[in-house]
Amino acid sequence: MSDKLLKVEHLYQYFPAGGYGKKKKYVQAVDDVSFFINKGETLGLVGESGCGKTTTGRSILRLYEPTKGRIIYNDKVLFDSGNVALKDENGNDIMEQGKPKFGTKTAVDMKPYRREMQIVFQDPYASLDPRMTVADIVGEGIDIHHLAANKKERYDKVQHLLECVGLNSEHANRYPHEFSGGQRQRVGIARALAVDPKFIVCDEPISALDVSIQAQVVNMFEDLQAEMGLTYLFIAHDLSVVKHISNRIGVMYLGKLVELADSYELIFHNVHPYTRSLISAIPIADPETARANKRIVLEGDVPSPLNPPSGCRFRTRCPYATEQCAAEVPQWREVSKGHYAACHNLDKLN
Amino acid sequence: MSDYLVSIEHERLSFFTPAGEVKALNDVTFHIKEGEVLGIVGESGSGKSVTAYSLMGLTAHPGKLLGGTLDFNGHRINDMTEKEMRKIRGKEVSIIFQDPMTSLNPVYTIGNQIREVLKLHTDKSKAEIQARAVELLELVGINEPQKRLKQYPHELSGGMRQRIMIAIALACEPKLLIADEPTTALDVTIQAQILELMMELKDKLGMAIMMITHDLGVVASMCDHIAVMYAGNIVEYGTTDDIFYRPKHEYTKGLIRSIPRMDSKEHERLVPIEGTPVDMLNPPKGCPFASRCDKCMKICLREKAPVMHFSDVHYSSCWMNQKAELEGGNK
Repeated sequence: MSDKLLKVEHLYQYFPAGGYGKKKKYVQAVDDVSFFINKGETLGLVGESGCGKTTTGRSILRLYEPTKGRIIYNDKVLFDSGNVALKDENGNDIMEQGKPKFGTKTAVDMKPYRREMQIVFQDPYASLDPRMTVADIVGEGIDIHHLAANKKERYDKVQHLLECVGLNSEHANRYPHEFSGGQRQRVGIARALAVDPKFIVCDEPISALDVSIQAQVVNMFEDLQAEMGLTYLFIAHDLSVVKHISNRIGVMYLGKLVELADSYELIFHNVHPYTRSLISAIPIADPETARANKRIVLEGDVPSPLNPPSGCRFRTRCPYATEQCAAEVPQWREVSKGHYAACHNLDKLN
Repeated sequence: MSDYLVSIEHERLSFFTPAGEVKALNDVTFHIKEGEVLGIVGESGSGKSVTAYSLMGLTAHPGKLLGGTLDFNGHRINDMTEKEMRKIRGKEVSIIFQDPMTSLNPVYTIGNQIREVLKLHTDKSKAEIQARAVELLELVGINEPQKRLKQYPHELSGGMRQRIMIAIALACEPKLLIADEPTTALDVTIQAQILELMMELKDKLGMAIMMITHDLGVVASMCDHIAVMYAGNIVEYGTTDDIFYRPKHEYTKGLIRSIPRMDSKEHERLVPIEGTPVDMLNPPKGCPFASRCDKCMKICLREKAPVMHFSDVHYSSCWMNQKAELEGGNK
């Protein structure tokens, strides 16, 4: 048993987007993403909309079948497309006679793993069935996995879960429309917790909530983690919240992971030009710092993932782009211990 | 009175819904000078947008203005008919909405929608209008304006659409630009572009901006004054520094405390504001924030706190300040 709970290796997720035969087009939502999550830690994933962070989260749970790649949970291979290189302990590709060594093609039945891996969705208005009571929403997982011997036990479990997330027991018989956004998100969290998971993908769980409510929910995530030893993949576009809750942060741009480091390291000693501009673009809620802060404003919009730029995907907006950036895809390498980035100009910039 | 561009005094506005009267605004008073940027912050349902819409004469059906006066640039908005209102809307005061996806008309080209404003409010010739439309797109930083004018909104990205909205709003060089959560639907890097653009245009055209947002980060960098709203009341008003460094209302303090800080090295626990926002159908009798306030006293539940001034521009209504003053006086 290693201390890595989840390993994602060379994950690709392409979605077909029209066209036939050779002209068939694909949205390259996630492109060669590799990372791992240690037991009990929180890995934050940030990026702009359309950068593939949600898709990554869902592919890990195999809500989408990955196009290519390998997903290892607790040393068990959940999925292997059979055509990506195996990795050794240090995360390097294993080569055999100059060619990468492939794994065996695998796709396990996810049902037993669904008990351990859960997800909290972004939109608390759309992710709860309006025709089910809260007790049934939360209890559904308990029923499916036969976690309660009788009705009494199920009832107690549901009550306990609602209490855990700060709702009253009387809320159990109500329907989702009777709740506010923050309360609904709590129901969504209670549902995820119902099967005693070890790993939860939190997919923008707070972005639909009011500012004053966000802090409540963030604190709750932290408390639950401390109590139950949970591991989170925390996806959000709000870097200040992600920095607060995460041990490590990964930054994505147009389907690629561009930088990954310890959260303090990432905020203060970042190396990738995209991370820099992303951090400088965040409005700081402090007038003096805000006035002194020089924003690096990126030109233009994010290119379409249907037809991403060649080489480095960030080069069209990167102020330091060179010819090499257009020709070659930058390597994902370790800059310092535990700090990874993919950029050609790292030496020049730092 | 005339040194203010906008002066709203004691505005009260209610929505008469089937479920009962919703008091959206209770005695709202504030002023904006020419060229000033005022930020209005608050949670959803606190009345920020309603205030802005009423100033544009856009209060929607079950809503009714019950009292107070709204003055804008020498017009008394209360007494204006719809016909008169149309003459100043888009010309002297413009608005940018939150969602650029839904606020542009999908069946007209960008050019059509920009020219419409100019046709209505100016007596320029067709050629002049076309030239002005191109100029406006250049002003908001859109490449190839000639081509863009012939395109439809769905062909553009969110950031581009918001630029178009700004171009339409600025077509007649209004005195006041109301921005209702202009960047909430956009990504941070695009948000930075749009905010930068708005500030640049403000300096160029000298208009006043009323910036409605729930993001304290946005107001910190661009506003001169900030009004904090809660449940239809302005609970605190002051300069940006007053609000961030010398907050006097418990709600403002709570808001500022609840934001995670980027620059801290150690892990600090967030201090949330407990409870949920007020049910506007049954507002509490006393201070609207009392039920969520951790310093709540008996009087807070009974009566609304009077407004207390700390400087010319900084005022707030919170009993805690009254208490502090009384205790200070007794010593």
